[in-house]
Amino acid sequence: MSIDYGERIPNNVNLAEDRRLQRALESWQPGFLRWWGEMGPALPTQDVYLRTAVAVGREGWAHFGHVALPEYRWGIFLAERDPDRRIAFGQHRGQPVWQQVPGEFRAELQRLIVVQGDTEPASVEQQRRLGLTAPSLYDLRNLFQVNVEEGRHLWAMVYLLHAYFGRAGRDEADALLLRNSGSEDSPRILGAFNEETPDWLSFFMFTYFTDRDGKYQLGTLKESAFDPLSRTCEFMLKEEAHHMFVGTTGVDRVVERTATLMREHDTDDIQKYGGIPLDVIQKYINFHYSVSLDLFGGETSTNVANYYTAGLKGRWQEERRKDDHLLTEAATTVQQVVDGRLADVRLPALTALNADLRGEYIADCATGLTRWNRILDGVATLYLPHVGFNRQVGVFAGHHLTPDGRLVDRATWEHDRDRWLPTPADKAYVHSLMRPVYEPGKIAAWLAPPRNGINGRPLDYEYVHL
Amino acid sequence: MSAPEISFDTHPDRYRHLRVEYDGEIARIVLQVDEHGGLVPGYELKLNSYDLGVDIELYDAVQRLRFEHPEGRAVIITGGLEKVFCAGANIRMLAGSSHSWKVNFCKFTNETRNGIEDATANSGQTYLAAINGTAAGGGFELALACDRIILLDDGSTAVSLPEVPLLAVLPGTGGLTRLVDKRGVRKDLADVFATRSEGVRGSRAVEWGLVDEAVPRSRFEETVRRRAAEAAARSTRPRAAEGIALTPLEREVSADEIRYPNVTAALDRANGLVTITVYGPRQESESWPLALTRELDDLILRLRTNELELGTWVIKTQGDARRVLEAWQGDGWPADEIRHYYKRTLKRLDVTSRSLIALIEPGSCFAGPLLELALACDRQYMYDEEGTAITLTEANFGAFPMGNGLSRLAARFLGDPGHLAKLRQETGREIDAAEADEQGLVTFALDDIDWADEVRIALEERAALSPDALTAMEANHRFAGPETLETKIFARLTAWQNWVFNRPNAAGPEGALRRYGTGQRPAFDRKRV
Repeated sequence: MSIDYGERIPNNVNLAEDRRLQRALESWQPGFLRWWGEMGPALPTQDVYLRTAVAVGREGWAHFGHVALPEYRWGIFLAERDPDRRIAFGQHRGQPVWQQVPGEFRAELQRLIVVQGDTEPASVEQQRRLGLTAPSLYDLRNLFQVNVEEGRHLWAMVYLLHAYFGRAGRDEADALLLRNSGSEDSPRILGAFNEETPDWLSFFMFTYFTDRDGKYQLGTLKESAFDPLSRTCEFMLKEEAHHMFVGTTGVDRVVERTATLMREHDTDDIQKYGGIPLDVIQKYINFHYSVSLDLFGGETSTNVANYYTAGLKGRWQEERRKDDHLLTEAATTVQQVVDGRLADVRLPALTALNADLRGEYIADCATGLTRWNRILDGVATLYLPHVGFNRQVGVFAGHHLTPDGRLVDRATWEHDRDRWLPTPADKAYVHSLMRPVYEPGKIAAWLAPPRNGINGRPLDYEYVHL
Repeated sequence: MSAPEISFDTHPDRYRHLRVEYDGEIARIVLQVDEHGGLVPGYELKLNSYDLGVDIELYDAVQRLRFEHPEGRAVIITGGLEKVFCAGANIRMLAGSSHSWKVNFCKFTNETRNGIEDATANSGQTYLAAINGTAAGGGFELALACDRIILLDDGSTAVSLPEVPLLAVLPGTGGLTRLVDKRGVRKDLADVFATRSEGVRGSRAVEWGLVDEAVPRSRFEETVRRRAAEAAARSTRPRAAEGIALTPLEREVSADEIRYPNVTAALDRANGLVTITVYGPRQESESWPLALTRELDDLILRLRTNELELGTWVIKTQGDARRVLEAWQGDGWPADEIRHYYKRTLKRLDVTSRSLIALIEPGSCFAGPLLELALACDRQYMYDEEGTAITLTEANFGAFPMGNGLSRLAARFLGDPGHLAKLRQETGREIDAAEADEQGLVTFALDDIDWADEVRIALEERAALSPDALTAMEANHRFAGPETLETKIFARLTAWQNWVFNRPNAAGPEGALRRYGTGQRPAFDRKRV
């Protein structure tokens, strides 16, 4: 029996003609569906109003319709190929980009793809129980949209492993399904992806802060000299934008509800009115922002420097930068703790690329704060904590910095940390608000309704059939 | 990096990089390297990577386990950091080191690993590696020295030998040799493994023979304990024996002398030589063999590491041969343990890159075990006068084998096995210079007229020759007979790794070792040599 690959697996990689890829995916796909069944959303649903990418053109990449989740057509899409694209940085700068993996860089490229790929299904696993407490069908649908697209991003990485990395790539693709978030025996590679997302405020924070880290990582891989990786990531970034949207507007709506309650009752203490107090929101920001900063790794990294020189992983917006794109002579300054004080230390730019990317990320995160403070409109203000606050990785690890960037001793930190980070009581309170609202058009009391529905649909549209 | 004066003294109270936990028959060495505890400035010991300072602690721990812990029948080596077992020798340290430093460091590392295998084979103290995180390069090589390797099977943890692909050097402390010779890994799979920087995980590592078993996290600890208990149950180590404390050595160091109670070394910098004198027991002494061995071991390490330009070691003894032989009598614990230690110390001498010259003079006591010191030398000069003698004992016929598995006498008379058998009839009596010369036990027997000049000229001649050529020549001559795992490990370190270390592709300004960590790729000279 012949299988219509174009129908079953939407793609623009000519899957119907590629026997090697077909064989690889045929054995991998059942494993993926089994994984989705076991580790995907825990809430049973009939169908969900989802966007499915069926082509990469302006028309094709967003088709909407109700789909039963396991029948979602996870596709394989790469952004259109630019036949004249040249390597923008590193020792191969100016040469045509690679359409095949150079043997010299096989191990490094495979590692980059595996680490990126490992985070995609991890977030699905972390969020699997959230559907049970969704604040509205609209939000439930957004959760599932994020989940299926993370699943598709896994497909995208698996495609690269299958298509370009031979047997070792197939083994790694299988391992992506074997590791599971929070599993004792085979956890996900990065520690932050082994914590369950416990509530919807965390989910919004995660999609705002942690998915944004993903956006920046994808942005550096989009610059890669390995063209299939570059094109894959470019298309993933389009979908990632939706995840950011869910996070940004999610926090918007929580803040909006909180501001409304504070104004109505002229008090900060809005717990008794069912809202989330602003200081709790701030603590969640502090937590999620600081753990997301850890995902950028140490300020200095020789691996990342190697990746850059080899052309495997560039800087954010590499081609817009005005320098030699080699960085062998360049220097940069990075803030560190020196002799008990914060000081700017001059370092070779090449080994400080993690700090460079983190700087771009921090500036981007700040836009959300501006947004939320506009919503608060003077009622109060939210802030981003100092980059050194609550850090476990890099130069600030082992030091204690307050959110406003003061170095304090351990005792002070222990004494005041409950003012800065969510306490068990804070989490219990947020948890207590998590009651499912599955009635079309209705919304939980701790957040404001969205401004618009999905794809022009009204708010009371049945986005999910339970 | 200029070589600092290195001391090999340490004590568990002062360890910075590891801790040893004791639980009855099972001990556990937990590697938790202090990033900021490098022996010299210029690098951080990240990810449980090691330098000589870490290795000195490991050697100390291994020695103390043997002498201070007769109850220890199995030893688990494991990592004390999150997701890390051991990342091997620190690359920045290697990149910043002189050639001689790298060589000495690797040699000492090898000797400790061989000591681990010796404990397993001869002391009923079986080593197991519990790889609970990344084991790369020298980290995996350390595991390879263990009798059993248990790998955490979590979908992430890999064993690897990434030296060739990442650093353009070799896993030179026995890694390649132990893969194919000890563990019997097929050469084609070893080829794939040693060129694949990401290494091999889980069940494939078992299939390829890289590890013995791969165990999920939930059963890992239990499995490690069970394997250790099984090894302990097989142990032949004596029960209810009393440990021997390895107390701090008495050592006085001055500009031209290193002095211990039973050994002295006179440093003659002008002539590039050291005169090492070993003193026999001054009275009947059971503790003399261990004390002497520890002092000799320490002296060899210090001279090798700190005195590179003293290229000739003259070895003498002084004392009463009868007391020497009495002191070495005794069986079981701890005599056997001490004999194995003396054996390892003699092996250290065998692989020392110095010209070794024995002077057998009046008042000397080259008898039985101490005669091995002379036999380890490249030449033996014996003073020919009445009363100067050497004594063969049964100990010279196999108690202290070399790395090639042969006694020094068997290697010396490799071409004449009949003579070896005949010498076995000559044990237990004094052999004078003329007879020693006739029996081939010494190189030259010289009378009082010739002695001083002959010896002086020989030493001056020696000092004038190329140190590199001498090192290479001596190594070629010392190990007559079969290749073993041990001889291969040292020979390949010497010949191959040290060659690679010297080549521009590794150590040149654009070589992989120098470029490592700068973010720049190495530039290779593509010509095969």
